[in-house]
Amino acid sequence: MQLERVVIVGASLAGFRAAEELRTRGHTGTITIVGDEPHRPYDRPPLSKQVLTGAKPPESTELHLALGSVDDLGLDWRLGESATGLDLAGRTVLLGGGERLPYDGLVIATGASPRRLPGTDHLDGVHTLRSLDDSMAIRAALAAGPRRVAVVGAGFIGAEVAASARSLGLEVSLIEALPVPLERGLGPQMGAVVADLHRHHGVDVHLAVGVVLIEGGDRVERIRLTDGSVLDVDLVVIGIGVSPNTEWLEGSGLTLDNGVVCDASCRAAPAVVAAGDVARWPNERFDEVMRVEHWDNAIAMGGHAARTLLGDAIPYTPVPWFWSDQYDRKIQLAGRAAADDVVEIVSGSVEERRFVAFYGREGRLVGVLGMSQPAKVMRWRRLIEEGASWEAALAMAAATA
Amino acid sequence: MRVVVDYDLCESNALCMVAAPEVFEVRDDDFLYVLQDEPGEELRGKVEEAVRRCPKQAITIEG
Repeated sequence: MQLERVVIVGASLAGFRAAEELRTRGHTGTITIVGDEPHRPYDRPPLSKQVLTGAKPPESTELHLALGSVDDLGLDWRLGESATGLDLAGRTVLLGGGERLPYDGLVIATGASPRRLPGTDHLDGVHTLRSLDDSMAIRAALAAGPRRVAVVGAGFIGAEVAASARSLGLEVSLIEALPVPLERGLGPQMGAVVADLHRHHGVDVHLAVGVVLIEGGDRVERIRLTDGSVLDVDLVVIGIGVSPNTEWLEGSGLTLDNGVVCDASCRAAPAVVAAGDVARWPNERFDEVMRVEHWDNAIAMGGHAARTLLGDAIPYTPVPWFWSDQYDRKIQLAGRAAADDVVEIVSGSVEERRFVAFYGREGRLVGVLGMSQPAKVMRWRRLIEEGASWEAALAMAAATA
Repeated sequence: MRVVVDYDLCESNALCMVAAPEVFEVRDDDFLYVLQDEPGEELRGKVEEAVRRCPKQAITIEG
């Protein structure tokens, strides 16, 4: 089928990468890219780190191409506009302003939105962090010198915001409902190491407690926790996870279940692919249906989905990878990590917070975690790609330790 | 094609080493070493992938 008109809904990393890949692979037809933010595609990782602390200006986050200028892609931009519906049979995307965009190929890359705490919308000083504008608002609030910052949720965003605020010399409380930070991402054992990292840097860490109420008049004044403690705070950042942006697809006929459900090659329907945080697909390498919220996945999956759209449909089987910078430590995980995996430290020292840990599941190596050991993580990542057994992986690590 | 790394930006995430091991190596000292400043055209695809996958956008290609 001739692909003349491509519409990409979502103008962040996955959508942008899909556009670049379409052009790299010789697509000469139109590419219309729809983004609900007013900004051109930008890089989100600095938003919880350098942009938040003021070390990097917001303009520095604009995304580049491998070669040449973004304008060379010849994209037809619809920025500051939201898609509100999809007519699958009629192959048309509907925009909020009433415009209808017919397509021969559609890329869904609408990402995800931060969850909010109910009952906080009327309070000034309560923030979530996803967009550049969110980051700038928190940056201004941090610069105003709050007496205490409360970060609710110790996932990646929460842990990084806590580290950034602390690095500015502010008093920080980190509140997590689970027993350790990053439990979903790293499992309980390594999450405990991250808890120690934050305590070491002077963060007031509250684990396994929930928020009862965030109180104040116009502005936030205090937080009441389920263990009875009350924290006086004047800035709250909530990082309790995200929900995939699929509302606009409800009733479209696409299968929605914690994201847009795709086949192994990122295809959601004939002439429709999905990529990035919004997409859920069976990763055959891990025999697991995944939705991956990592930066690196947005890049790789955006490219893969574009190739599928162009007719080169093969299974997308990445070894997921992420990093998180907190204080002077770089946490990286290649592969998977779940709460009931076996975890083994294969080199370095947990006490010094410089080590590599392997995660094993059903006799296989499934994950490699490093704290400030980037070269080793990437070297051992190959073992996951090769499908190394748990025993073989441990033996290889022991031989080089 | 000439590969240029901005070492002020580079944080040795080592994604480039996965994408183009012929050109990029992060060693056990956790510093990035560029093995070939001017890799051959046959490596262009891999080097471009390294540029895209760099979390710090620290690599550029000239030419």
